[in-house]
Amino acid sequence: MTLIWLILIPFMGGLLCWQAERFGDLPPRWIALATMLIELAITLGLWFHGDYHLANAGMASDSVRWSMEWRVAWIPRFGIDVHLALDGLSLVLIALTGFLGVLAVLCSWHEIVRRVGFFHLNLLWILGGVVGVFLAIDLFLFFFFWEMMLVPMYFLIALWGHSGSEGRTRIRAATKFFIYTQASGLVMLVSILGLVFAHHANTGEYSFAYATLMQTPLSESTAMWLMLGFFVAFAVKLPVVPVHGWLPDAHAQAPTAGSVDLAGILLKTAAYGMLRFALPLFPEASQAFAPVAMTLGVIGIFYGALLACGQQDIKRLIAYTSIAHMGFVLIGIYAGTPLALQGVVLMMVAHAFSAAGLFILSGQLYERLHTRDMREMGGLWGRLGSLPGFSLCFVAASLGMPGTANFLGEFLILFGSFPVAPWVVVIASVGLVLAAIYSLLLMQRVYFGPPQGEGMLADLDHREYVMLLTLLVLVLLFGLYPQPLLDTTAAAMGEVQRLFGAVPQSTTLLTGMP
Amino acid sequence: MTLTATHLLALAPPILVCITAIVVMLAIAWRRHHTSIAIVTVVGLNLALLSLIGVWRMAPLAAPMLAIDGLAIFAAVLILVAALACATLTHAYLAQYSGPREEFYLLLLCATAGGLVLSASTHLATLFFGLELLSIPLYGMLAYVYGERRSLEAGVKYLVLSATATTFLLFGMAVLYAETGHLDVAGLAARLGDELGAWGLAGAALMMMGLAFKLSVVPFHMWTPDVYQGGPGPAATFLATASKVAVFVVLLRLVITAPAFQDGWLHNVLAVLAILTMLVGNLLALTQSNLKRLLGYSSIAHFGYLLTALVIGDGLSVEASAVYLVTYLLATLGAFGVVTLLSSPYVSGTQGGEDTAALHHYRGLFWRRPYLTAVLTITLLSLAGIPFTAGFIGKFYIIALGVESQRWGLVGAVIVGSAIGLFYYLRVMVTLFLAEAGMQRRDAPENWAIQAGGVVVLGAAVLVVVLGIYPAPMIDWMHHIEVLVGG
Repeated sequence: MTLIWLILIPFMGGLLCWQAERFGDLPPRWIALATMLIELAITLGLWFHGDYHLANAGMASDSVRWSMEWRVAWIPRFGIDVHLALDGLSLVLIALTGFLGVLAVLCSWHEIVRRVGFFHLNLLWILGGVVGVFLAIDLFLFFFFWEMMLVPMYFLIALWGHSGSEGRTRIRAATKFFIYTQASGLVMLVSILGLVFAHHANTGEYSFAYATLMQTPLSESTAMWLMLGFFVAFAVKLPVVPVHGWLPDAHAQAPTAGSVDLAGILLKTAAYGMLRFALPLFPEASQAFAPVAMTLGVIGIFYGALLACGQQDIKRLIAYTSIAHMGFVLIGIYAGTPLALQGVVLMMVAHAFSAAGLFILSGQLYERLHTRDMREMGGLWGRLGSLPGFSLCFVAASLGMPGTANFLGEFLILFGSFPVAPWVVVIASVGLVLAAIYSLLLMQRVYFGPPQGEGMLADLDHREYVMLLTLLVLVLLFGLYPQPLLDTTAAAMGEVQRLFGAVPQSTTLLTGMP
Repeated sequence: MTLTATHLLALAPPILVCITAIVVMLAIAWRRHHTSIAIVTVVGLNLALLSLIGVWRMAPLAAPMLAIDGLAIFAAVLILVAALACATLTHAYLAQYSGPREEFYLLLLCATAGGLVLSASTHLATLFFGLELLSIPLYGMLAYVYGERRSLEAGVKYLVLSATATTFLLFGMAVLYAETGHLDVAGLAARLGDELGAWGLAGAALMMMGLAFKLSVVPFHMWTPDVYQGGPGPAATFLATASKVAVFVVLLRLVITAPAFQDGWLHNVLAVLAILTMLVGNLLALTQSNLKRLLGYSSIAHFGYLLTALVIGDGLSVEASAVYLVTYLLATLGAFGVVTLLSSPYVSGTQGGEDTAALHHYRGLFWRRPYLTAVLTITLLSLAGIPFTAGFIGKFYIIALGVESQRWGLVGAVIVGSAIGLFYYLRVMVTLFLAEAGMQRRDAPENWAIQAGGVVVLGAAVLVVVLGIYPAPMIDWMHHIEVLVGG
């Protein structure tokens, strides 16, 4: 029952915010903040009181084990249930959603001044949809939330976004985002239905249940096509390079809260989808597809990093670095060794923190300078109080400095993937150098060099200071002591690895590893 | 077959509608009073709707030339609901109109009776009779605000083109009769067998053409945008909902009962037409700046999706088309209802203004009329097939149907069509929320929500959301219909 509340709370909070607008601007903000804090508190409560090591014990049993499960019939005609389940992976990602939700509300405290209630309605509904995606294990329900969260995101970008240079209006960016993800989502729907009808042909029963569909025997070519359908949807959202076109525009045009959500959580739904659905449902096809996916990951790393170097718009730059980072995630997922999968989880969390930090910082720069163009910045180090210091920390995290969670994530991914795909790892490691280059370019262009103006700009206020400090503490905490996170997700990742990893050499090298 | 009391009872809905039409006619002759005429109409339609509960218990039943089966009852429910919504919207729409207002209800009732007959017909005579009874009042309804040039144009255009299409239909019937000597569909199907001869093929193709015109399937779609744009709000609503549902149901019945209409060659043509209809409808809608025109093109695209159900014609197809028709009907009623409500204060004299349909009229509507805008947003999302709305369930069915029968070309076209469709639905939606510019304002009356018309659009929107979140009852009912068909 707790699980359904996790989804309902943001939706109800959103409606309350909308209605609270008539009492002024402040009530919606406080309601939204309270909603997300409750959400976060529930998740943390579940984290401390739940046991997420269960699945390891039952390795032999063929059904998937969940820490919590909630199920009620929805559309009996097709065997569709409202079936929610929680394991370590979804727990971590929901906690992340709650935390970034709080940040998103906080960072729009002064930025959003028009139609505050409706803004928070959209913000909270996105988060509700994302939580739904992380909890749903009925494929129909998963798709339902997957598509549903696009609508509020669209409004967030289209109505409260910034219009960029000519030809790059916010509505265009929002529409592009929507069409990319919706169309690819429909391809996934076709795949889901293909799987369901394959199951129907075998057993004569309709079912959209995850555990049931996993047992469906498929011919090799069918499995490949269906897997590709899932992959396309997730690849667009992640994004993987040939289908990334929506991301820079959406990021650049979105308000800060939108960027934080987009980079922090929405991209993670794609990685989650691959880990939860694409790999376990079609292990052989995914294994066969792995070299292609890893190549795409490598291309993403270089493409993202190279284009990031050439950007003038600070938010576009950060957007391109996301593409590079997601390249690492893609490699880790398709390497499929326990170590690489653990690295993927760590990388997702770390990237959420560092990207959120950078987007919040660029939002704060925008509030002070009213531009995101780096050509109009420069020499800000002495004029902004503690903001440049925070920037340096998050940029260091983003380039994967040891001591930050990003370093551990990248390290685990590369280390874990090496036995499976040594050459991919060798080439991807070169990408780390590029990461250093674009990060330092960012620092240099914005904070050093000749100053463009005189006088001090406003320093961080308490709200901003606390937000950034919390993020930084978390980045360092998970960078120095990631064990709690790894313990929580170990069972879930072990399950993925058990289903996916039939690669012999990956296990021999890793015996004896913690 | 003789007509028994049971048959009469089973035919209660069209009979009740006809009686109401006569009562309305007499009442108009006695005294003109807009509200009471509207009330009589609504009461009559509601009685017909209630009588369907009794009919449902008797089904399936074969009356002479008419079938009272699951499909007919289902179509009757949709047509009557649409007619009720149109009648209530008409009351709001014509409230300020200075010309004669009452005859509109008379035309509406006649057209409804035609739709009921058409959707139940199992004989070419009733088919033709129903189709004409449905179409001819529509000419009058479309040209009702005849002082407005576009309304007149819409009426005349529909009259001329529809008459042409009817001649095709009649000629097709004649050819089939010459070939087989039968006019009842079952007899036709038996004589034609599985293989169509040249004459049979020509007859079937000509009939299809006539019906495809009414559904605005692509090569016959030219009239749709002009007629939708020009016709008064309630008339366009009726055309987009009740009229199309009735024609589609009769086409579905033809395809199910007479496999000859599914003959190889005709089948392929139909598949190509379905794909063309989806793509062309969506592509032409992209650049429209008039909401009614845009909805016209979008309805073309939606019937393209529905045609896939006809092309596939087995498995889930009756259930899928029934579900899709329900979702389409609700969303269209909501969208056209909002347009009608917003237009109602501007339909004044015989030279009254145009309907409020230009997109710039809708700019920033949300900040003036949040709930009305929410209704329009929900219905547009439903037409675009986004989860949490009924439209998604409909689209789910169509794609499921395509995947089940492995018609990948059709599935691909549905996906491409939806992606294109999103673009213009989103364009309208975002317009609703954009900041107000200092341009000419058009608005609904202050108290729209408590008036009957407001209740209709709110009800449509609520149903769209409820059926989107909890579609199980609707799906069970449609499943039941599928079981009842075939008698």
